[in-house]
Amino acid sequence: MAVLSRASRAEIAALLGPDLPEHEVLKAPEIGTVMVEGRAGGAGRRFNLGEATVTRCVVRLADGLMGFSYALGRDARKARLAAILDARLQAQAPGSALHQAVGALAARQATARDLASRKAAATKVDFFTLVRGA
Amino acid sequence: MYVAVKGGEAAILATHDLVAEARRGDAAVPEISVAQIREQQGLACARVMNEGSLYDADLAALALKQAQGDVIEAAFLMRAYRTTLPRFGSSEPIDTARMAIRRRVSATYKDLPGGQVLGPTYDYTHRLFDFALMDNESVMVGPDPTISGQDGASGANAAGDARVKPEHDAKPLDSHMPRVPDILGAEGLMEPEIAPEGDPRPFDLTREPVSFPADRDVRLQAMARGDEGFLLGLGYSVQRGFGNSHPFVGEIRVGEVSVEFVPEELGFAVDLGEITLTECQMVNQFAGSKDVPPQFTRGYGLAFGHSERKAMSMSLVDRALKCREFGEAAQYPAQQDEFVLYHSDNVEAAGFVEHLKLPHYVDFQGELELIRRIRKERAERLANETEALPEAAE
Repeated sequence: MAVLSRASRAEIAALLGPDLPEHEVLKAPEIGTVMVEGRAGGAGRRFNLGEATVTRCVVRLADGLMGFSYALGRDARKARLAAILDARLQAQAPGSALHQAVGALAARQATARDLASRKAAATKVDFFTLVRGA
Repeated sequence: MYVAVKGGEAAILATHDLVAEARRGDAAVPEISVAQIREQQGLACARVMNEGSLYDADLAALALKQAQGDVIEAAFLMRAYRTTLPRFGSSEPIDTARMAIRRRVSATYKDLPGGQVLGPTYDYTHRLFDFALMDNESVMVGPDPTISGQDGASGANAAGDARVKPEHDAKPLDSHMPRVPDILGAEGLMEPEIAPEGDPRPFDLTREPVSFPADRDVRLQAMARGDEGFLLGLGYSVQRGFGNSHPFVGEIRVGEVSVEFVPEELGFAVDLGEITLTECQMVNQFAGSKDVPPQFTRGYGLAFGHSERKAMSMSLVDRALKCREFGEAAQYPAQQDEFVLYHSDNVEAAGFVEHLKLPHYVDFQGELELIRRIRKERAERLANETEALPEAAE
């Protein structure tokens, strides 16, 4: 679900292919919020930082498997597709083509993260202090 | 007392049309898209998300477009929209130590584990206009390497090949970077930050009325949604002697943090995706007592998006507001929680200040009659006195 929540609607649609499996929408895509909590000093007392928009959806496939999706943002179509994909992934063995495709998506996300991290690392700086009067 | 008025429907409808026209500006200039605002005015979007207290970059961009760039009006739109949404619950407390770092600097340690990462910052720019950004043919390029169209340091790398980007040689940053105050904490020199007994749910000022003295969770929530300018001014005041605090930036970090949420129906934590956060930890001078040896004290700031000034100001005021905990006298505005919390919310403040321009005809009529009566009575009294005076003199 972490991979799907970070994926775009187009990426999820591509994984599912043009023909969506028959499914029943148990909980229609719903936009709401989650209150994001922080901790004072990073590790101390919890406090409410502010809310974030979240969309969720629950579907059931013809074979009875339920799929859930929860992701930041307000993309209702993506929420429904992600829930269908979640249900389909549960039906398939870990090594199946669909799982592999999600694995490839995860790898792409990791590559993007890695690139962003290396871009930041390129701005790493070594400050040195000057001794006055030396 | 405010007495309502009726009428003016036609004029109000006409002003809606006119504001739409004013917002659009010159029709010969292409219209700006929400995606353009989101991608190219990200710092403004961050401010709207903070003060609107809702993380959604698309909505923040829409709000800015609709409000013609008026940040407070945009924050108001966010707040109003938020009230229409159901709340699914609260996230697990986010862990900033696991942030995917884009920027991380410390003013206290030169060499810190994980390194100093400047990231995207205007700190070391010369604040000269980059006219290449202007849609203008007569491009002037200044001596600032951050200005476009120059062969600055950005193309240089070990291989000396301009086609190779600097990140090519760089290794990714550590996925876990210790927070700087925790380094001092390990030595026992820093006031510890530990969750209170039982790790209680935080107070939510959007659901319950605030009472004073306010606890730290209330103060931090209020400041997180508070006006950047107000907090900046208060933070400045404590540095200048109205609060006796001139701290060090222990650390500022900016980057992406995962938000985890436990849906009731699933019972396990779901990763909702990432949000960008800015965290600031101020290291302030000592407090000690009979039982506790002198140690550094902390101020904490956390904000949505890349919002350094906001997070820094918040951490200055957070420390100032902790005066009660350290037995310091609350002499200055930034140390008084009731003053800070009641006046930091710019949507409330703007509402109360700007309501003055709404029709107050009945109130004013009342005042007008009152002042006329007072003046009349005064004139009569003076007249009586001048009549009475000669008699008294006799």
